[in-house]
Amino acid sequence: MTAGDERAGTFAELAHVQLEKPGLRRAIGSAMDRFVLNRANAFAGADLEAMRAAGEAIRAHTVARLDSYLAQFAEAAEARGVKVFFAADGAEAVEYVRGVIRDHGATRVAKGKSMASEEIGLNHALEADGVDVVETDLGEYIVQIAHEPPSHIIVPAIHKKRDEIAELFNDVHHTDLPADPPELTRFARELLRDRFLSAEVGITGVNFAVADAGAFVIVTNEGNGRMCSTLPKVHVALMGMERIVPSFRELAVMLPLLTGSATGQRVTAYLNVIGGPRGPDDVDGPDEVHVVILDNGRSRLLGTEYRSVLHCIRCGACQNVCPVYRQVGGHGYGTVYGGPIGAVLTPLLDGFERAGDLPYASSLCAACTDVCPVRIPLHEHLLSLRRDVARERAGAAERSAFRTWSAVWSRPWSYRLAARFGRAGQALFARGGRIRRAPFPLSRWTSGRDLPPIASRTFRERWKRTGHRREPGAADGR
Amino acid sequence: MPPARVALFVTCLVDLLYPEVGEASVALLRHAGADVAFPAGQTCCGQPPFNAGFVDDARRLGRVTLRAFEGFDAVVSPSGSCAAMLRVSYPHLFAGEPEERRARDLAGRTFELTEYLVDHLGLDRLEGRWEGRVTYHDACHGLRELGLRGQGRQLLSGIDGLELVEMARPDACCGFGGTFSVRLPEVAVAMADDKAAQIDATGASTVVAGDAGCLMHMAGRLARSRADIATMHVASLLASAAGLERAAT
Repeated sequence: MTAGDERAGTFAELAHVQLEKPGLRRAIGSAMDRFVLNRANAFAGADLEAMRAAGEAIRAHTVARLDSYLAQFAEAAEARGVKVFFAADGAEAVEYVRGVIRDHGATRVAKGKSMASEEIGLNHALEADGVDVVETDLGEYIVQIAHEPPSHIIVPAIHKKRDEIAELFNDVHHTDLPADPPELTRFARELLRDRFLSAEVGITGVNFAVADAGAFVIVTNEGNGRMCSTLPKVHVALMGMERIVPSFRELAVMLPLLTGSATGQRVTAYLNVIGGPRGPDDVDGPDEVHVVILDNGRSRLLGTEYRSVLHCIRCGACQNVCPVYRQVGGHGYGTVYGGPIGAVLTPLLDGFERAGDLPYASSLCAACTDVCPVRIPLHEHLLSLRRDVARERAGAAERSAFRTWSAVWSRPWSYRLAARFGRAGQALFARGGRIRRAPFPLSRWTSGRDLPPIASRTFRERWKRTGHRREPGAADGR
Repeated sequence: MPPARVALFVTCLVDLLYPEVGEASVALLRHAGADVAFPAGQTCCGQPPFNAGFVDDARRLGRVTLRAFEGFDAVVSPSGSCAAMLRVSYPHLFAGEPEERRARDLAGRTFELTEYLVDHLGLDRLEGRWEGRVTYHDACHGLRELGLRGQGRQLLSGIDGLELVEMARPDACCGFGGTFSVRLPEVAVAMADDKAAQIDATGASTVVAGDAGCLMHMAGRLARSRADIATMHVASLLASAAGLERAAT
C-alpha cells in the first residue's frame, strides 16, 4: 500500500498459483471450519444479533465523530506523557518511526502483530536502515522468516502446514526440530525471549484506543504484545485512525465481539491497557510511548457511501466464511488485506488502478455480510465498487457486450429471436443433451463445466401451446 | 376468498434451459390454490449487468420487468436469486429514478416459490412419493437476501421414500455467482468441487436446490467429475413426487 509496492499479479493470476499448490485448499478449509465452529461456540447462548447491532451503532457513532474523538484521545494521551503523531500517509508514518529509532540509536526491534505496519511496509523500511526487526507473534514470525506476507488478518501463517514450518525453522536455524507444534513453539519462545530482553524499541499495533481515557488496548493470545510494550525502553504503537472507541463502556461491548469473531474466545488471553510511559513510582514500563495514528486514505472515506468500511475491527471473520478466500487464501489477493474486507478496502485505499479487479473476486454470496460483527454490508460495498469500476475502467468490449445484450433482452420479440438463434447455433456444439466445448466467451464456462443446451421448446413456447389451459384435476380455484 | 392472482416470473434460465421447472412451478402453485398467469412481456431481471456494475443496462431490463408484472397480487419465481433481485435490489437500482415507487411496490409482492407456497398459500405439507437420498443446497441469495430457511425442506419432508441428509455446509456457495463463474472460472470450479465433495460425503444420489443458476453450475461440474450424482430443482422433485406434472401441460 505504499507507493511503488506493486501487486505480484491480478487476482486471477495469483489465485491460479494458489490453486495449484497441493494441499493448500484442504489446510485452509479445515482451519476455517475450526474457526467457524469456535465462533459459534463462543457466542452460544448470547444474543449475537443484539451484540452486532450494538457494535454497529458504536462504530457508526464513533466514525461519524472521528475528528473530535481523535482530538480527545490525543489530548488525554499527551497529558499522560504519550507522544502522539498523526501520519497523513504511510510514508509519514514510516518516517516518524525511523526517526524514533534513530534518535535512540536503536538497532534491535521487537515487533508485535500490526496490520497497519504491513500496510505501510514498515519492516522493509527499517531493515533497509540496518535495523534488526523480529516479529514476535508466532505466526508473524513464521511468515517473516519465510519472507512471505501474512495470509490472514488473525492467523498470518494459516497457509503453512506443520511440516513446512519445521522445515523452515530447521533451514533458518540449522536445527533438527520435529514437525511437532509444542516443540516448535518452545523453540520460538526461547528465541523470542532473548529478543524481548535485548530490544531497545518495541513496536505494536493497537486494537482499540479509548478516547476519553487517552489509553489504548492490545489484545494478544501469546503475551507478546505485553512483552513488546513493557520490556523495551521505547514503545511505538501504530493504529489506523478509525480504531477508536469513546470510552471503556463501549470497549466492553467491542472486545467480546472482536475475540468471539476472531478466534472464538469469550475473553482473550492477554489484554493490555496502556496509559503511557512509566511514572516516577512505577517499577517498570517503557520510558517513552509513541502512538502513530495513520490516515493513509481513510479520511477520504468519511462521509461517503463506503464510510462503514471504517467500522471494521479486523477480526478476520469475513475471511473465515468466504468461499473464495477458502480456495485461494490471502496470497491469492496479492494485497495486505485479503478476503472480503480486503476486496472492499484495498480498492478504496489504493485505487482502482492497483486493485480494481478485487471487487470481482467474490460470488456475492453475502456470507461476509452475515458474519461481520459490526454489520458492514460487505457484499453491497463490493457491488457498489463494481459500479464505480465499470464507470471508470470497464473495457469497451465488456461495456458493449452488456449494452447489446440488455438491448436485445429488453424486448420480448428480440429475446425470443435470440433464443432461436442460440438454438440453431448450439447444434454445432451440443452432443447428447450437453455442451462440452463452446466458443469464447462460453469457453470460459466449458473449460471446467458442461453447459446445458437451450431447450427444444422454451417455457414460453410450451405455455403458449398448453399452459393457459387449466387441468380439471388441479385445484386452480375454479 | 377468490384465489390469489399470481404471475409466474419464470426467469430466463428456466425459460431457456429448464422449461420443465417452470411447468412444475405452475403445477405446484395451482395445486396450492393460486390462479397462475404467465405475463409474456417478461425476459430477464437484469441481475447479470447489475452484478457486473452496469447499472444502466440493469435498469433497462428492470423496466421491462416492472411493466410485465404490474397489477398482479403476487409475483412468484422458482429462483431465490432472481426474486431477491426484484425484492432487495430493485429498490436500490431505481432509487431516485422515476420508477422508484413502482419498484418498491413490486418488491413488496415478489416471492420465491417455496416461500410463497408455504408462507402465503399455506401449503404446510405436500404428499407424494420419491425414492432416494437427497441433500439440499441453500442457494445464497434465497438464504441471505430473502431469509429462506426451511420452506423447501419442509415440503420435501412430506414425501414418502425421500431421505434428506444434510451436507456439512449446505449454505456454502457453489461457485456460480452469475458472471463470477466465467470471470474467474478456476476459482468457481474449485468452489464447485468443494461443494461436490460435501454432496458426496452425504451419500446422496441427488442434490436439490431452489435456483437454476446454482443447479446449472453444480450439474455442469458434476457431469465432469461425478456423473452419478444428479441435480434437481426442488419444484421438479416436488411436482414429480406429488404426481402434479400433468397438471401444467
